Amino acid sequence: MSFLLPCPNCGPRDVNEFAYAGEVTHRPRTTPSQQELSAYVYFRRNVAGVQREWWYHRFGCELWFLADRDTRTNEVLRTELPQASAETPAAR
Amino acid sequence: MRLPQQPNERIDRARPIRFFFAGRPVEGFEGDTVGSALFASGRRVFSRSFKYHRRRGLLCCSGACPNCMMQVDGEPNVRVCVEPVREGAQVHAQNVLGSLERDLLAAVDHFGGPFTPVGFYYRTMIRPRSMWPVYEKFLRNIAGLGRLDKHAGRSRRFDTEHRRTEVLVIGGGRSGLEAARSAAAAGRQVVLVDERGAPGANGDFEVLAPARAIGIYEGGLVPVDAGSVLYRFRAERIVVATGALEQPLVFPGNDLVGVYLPEAVRRLVDEWSLKPGERAVIVSADDRGLAVADQLERAGTNVVERIDLRATPPRQLAARGRRGRLTSVVVDGRELECDILVASGGRQPAYSLLAQAGARIEYDAGRGIFVPSVLPPNVEAVGSVAGEMEPAAVPAASFSGADEVGRCFVCVCEDVTQKDMKRAIAEGFDSIELAKRYTTVTMGPCQGRLCHVPAIRLFAREHETDEATIGTTTARPPWAPVSLGLLAGRGHEPAKRTSIHHRHEEAGATMMWTGLWRRAHSYEHAGNEALHVHRALGVIDVSTLGKLLVQGPDATRFLELLYPNRFGDMKVGRIRYGVLGTDAGRIMDDGTIARLGEEQYYVTTTSTGADTVIEWFEWWNAIWGLDVETVNLTGSLAAVNVAGPRSRELLGRLADVDTSNDGISYLDAKETLVAGVPCLILRIGFVGELGYELHFASPYGEYMWDTLLEYGADLGIRPFGLEPQRILRLEKMHILIGQDTDSESNVLEAGMPWIAKLDKDDFVGKWALEHVQERGFREQLVGFEMTDGVVPAEGGQIVLGGRSAGRVTSARLSPQLGRAIGMAWVRPELAHEDTEIEIRVNGGVASARVRLKPFFDPEGAQLRS
Repeated sequence: MSFLLPCPNCGPRDVNEFAYAGEVTHRPRTTPSQQELSAYVYFRRNVAGVQREWWYHRFGCELWFLADRDTRTNEVLRTELPQASAETPAAR
Repeated sequence: MRLPQQPNERIDRARPIRFFFAGRPVEGFEGDTVGSALFASGRRVFSRSFKYHRRRGLLCCSGACPNCMMQVDGEPNVRVCVEPVREGAQVHAQNVLGSLERDLLAAVDHFGGPFTPVGFYYRTMIRPRSMWPVYEKFLRNIAGLGRLDKHAGRSRRFDTEHRRTEVLVIGGGRSGLEAARSAAAAGRQVVLVDERGAPGANGDFEVLAPARAIGIYEGGLVPVDAGSVLYRFRAERIVVATGALEQPLVFPGNDLVGVYLPEAVRRLVDEWSLKPGERAVIVSADDRGLAVADQLERAGTNVVERIDLRATPPRQLAARGRRGRLTSVVVDGRELECDILVASGGRQPAYSLLAQAGARIEYDAGRGIFVPSVLPPNVEAVGSVAGEMEPAAVPAASFSGADEVGRCFVCVCEDVTQKDMKRAIAEGFDSIELAKRYTTVTMGPCQGRLCHVPAIRLFAREHETDEATIGTTTARPPWAPVSLGLLAGRGHEPAKRTSIHHRHEEAGATMMWTGLWRRAHSYEHAGNEALHVHRALGVIDVSTLGKLLVQGPDATRFLELLYPNRFGDMKVGRIRYGVLGTDAGRIMDDGTIARLGEEQYYVTTTSTGADTVIEWFEWWNAIWGLDVETVNLTGSLAAVNVAGPRSRELLGRLADVDTSNDGISYLDAKETLVAGVPCLILRIGFVGELGYELHFASPYGEYMWDTLLEYGADLGIRPFGLEPQRILRLEKMHILIGQDTDSESNVLEAGMPWIAKLDKDDFVGKWALEHVQERGFREQLVGFEMTDGVVPAEGGQIVLGGRSAGRVTSARLSPQLGRAIGMAWVRPELAHEDTEIEIRVNGGVASARVRLKPFFDPEGAQLRS
């Protein structure tokens, strides 16, 4: 791999500066069934096409961000910082 | 023997250079290559071929073909035709058993033919199966080219450099130079990569030479091999000017010593003033080939015949030889005596780099060449690589030699003959990509430079179709041979050292690696150092611990979501041991969490886990978006652990705070001055004795260390290393992440159920741990005590009735207890106090008893005292 990845903070950089953390998954909001838990922990869609995924600028600004990357061509269509989301577990 | 001075000769006759071939001295001149100097000394046979061990001589003289590969100063596969001579170099032939003149393995050529057809290694030497070790030994010995000197060590240093430029021009020929000049004139920043030529600046642009672009990779990355430096280029525009490659003709006997490509003759005469031979025949598809008659005449070689394939293509062409050397050429039945044959099938654009970059390659039937057509953006082709070439004839796929018996080579690298290609097709390898893999044609050192187009032509003829239909095989990097050392780069061993590092070295500590950290293993004797902590007072540098500050209104909530533990009920100034897990329930790290304020926590991690934990924290908060921030203090803070029964007395002398058991009790965190240095004191007990971890700014490291040793001298203070710490923690059954746990371990089965507060609404790993509890334990982490004193190997098997029932994760001899102790994962039915288990030790079996409570101070009385 030698493509360039645009960090939302630093701009285009060699992919070797980044850590890849896989496709975006969604943590269950409520206690999952055994099957749902397995699916969340172990299963990935592994698409041949545009995939939304996590990247970390490890040898740079140390920021986590999201990218839309075509897994067939390594073309990066978009990168952005995550939005404070509905994923946060409810306060007790 | 040299010719009189030639107009453009490269050699400096005033500067002789001496090197050695097979131990015998050879004289050359400055400007010679090893190959030209050997040629001057009379040598014509330069190598033995890969499979049949046939004699081979100079063919291309341009560093493309495999015919001149030798071992130079221990480095295998050096193309001596382009390797400059250097004083004292030791040159040896390779791939021979004996010498170039008498190679015992040449028997393969005489007798092995019927037994070594294409793909023989897939079919023969398979049965009987029991013979495979014998076959393998034999095959490994004769396969491969060259020998690596196992004792050479790292004789060369390789570096990698990342570079940027506006325009990168690949190829220093006429077109490449022109492109570089005009781009530079337009004010662009230009770097030119040239296989030959001299390095430096050429007017307004930089020249890297001798250097080779080894490919155009994804994203336009161009790695350039410059000998001992690999430049990784990123350019806004890549100009490919790699020129064209002369193609050999395919006819019986076409690999005989004395058959040349035109460029070889041109260079021998023009650059090194050498006479190629006495009598020459030229067969060429273009003017460039025919034009070497000039060079030959100047050299005094008698040109017997010039055959222009455009005008008078012969129906039959074959070369005859004796002992591997050309003696005559047979053209349509006429035998022409000669010792050199210049044979050229015209030139083919060297488009590989363009194809790698994504260019489309199309067959130009009129000219019989493959040309790049649609180029990717930012990539440009100039000169002959773009197809700008003089007209040439399209040569026959192969020439019949009538009744001539010589082998007809398509690929000289891998010794693939026309017959092999035909056989592969007959066997069903009817796609060029499959036939390539089966016959290995184009897969040798020349990487298709000389065999790709001939193979396609032959394929097209056998299939009764045209070259366009057959198409090219996929071009992949590397385009040029590259040494593994260059790809590996320099042996970087980035070491992290604590601010107290030099004190350990001065004290004569044995240093060891833990992750990237350099740490003291022990100072004198690990066992004694451990004993001394129990009896008096020790100090260990624990600056390597990961140290994070977590603060903000949501800090408590954040940590309670990340850890199975509860923190909300923890008072400010208290400490709790925590274990981090994943949603799969797996343990990933452990450490202590001290509450410094309502919204502020000080978190320590394992020494090697710090970076992972920080990334983990920040990743989760990128999802959750809680109002909390994490600050990594690992490098900015140093830490030491002062431990042993006398540690309170020492701390009392230095700290500006009441150090009594009420002043700082077990699991208290206190910020105060120690020896005048602002410190965070954590009273924790990883090593099992009364102890205090002092965390303070790194620059005070040596001062603090020295002060502790000075003020503790009368208490008998002694530094202890990582190994004694491992003994001490094992006595307490404190786990080491990665040592006692692996990627399958969870806190419940690891024997720490009190950590997981499953009544919390949510935390990372909660659901998985609930599942573990539901399904029941499959194995458990327990301690064990050996019946006799033998220490089992870590990783050793626990056996039950002759079958595996677990594995040892840690084992040490405890001087304090006078016993061998350890920890192990065992089946749940064995996880009961005092159960007798058996452990494989040195081929035999030793018995041990299971322990569930710490071996030392099981109730923690020492820790709390």
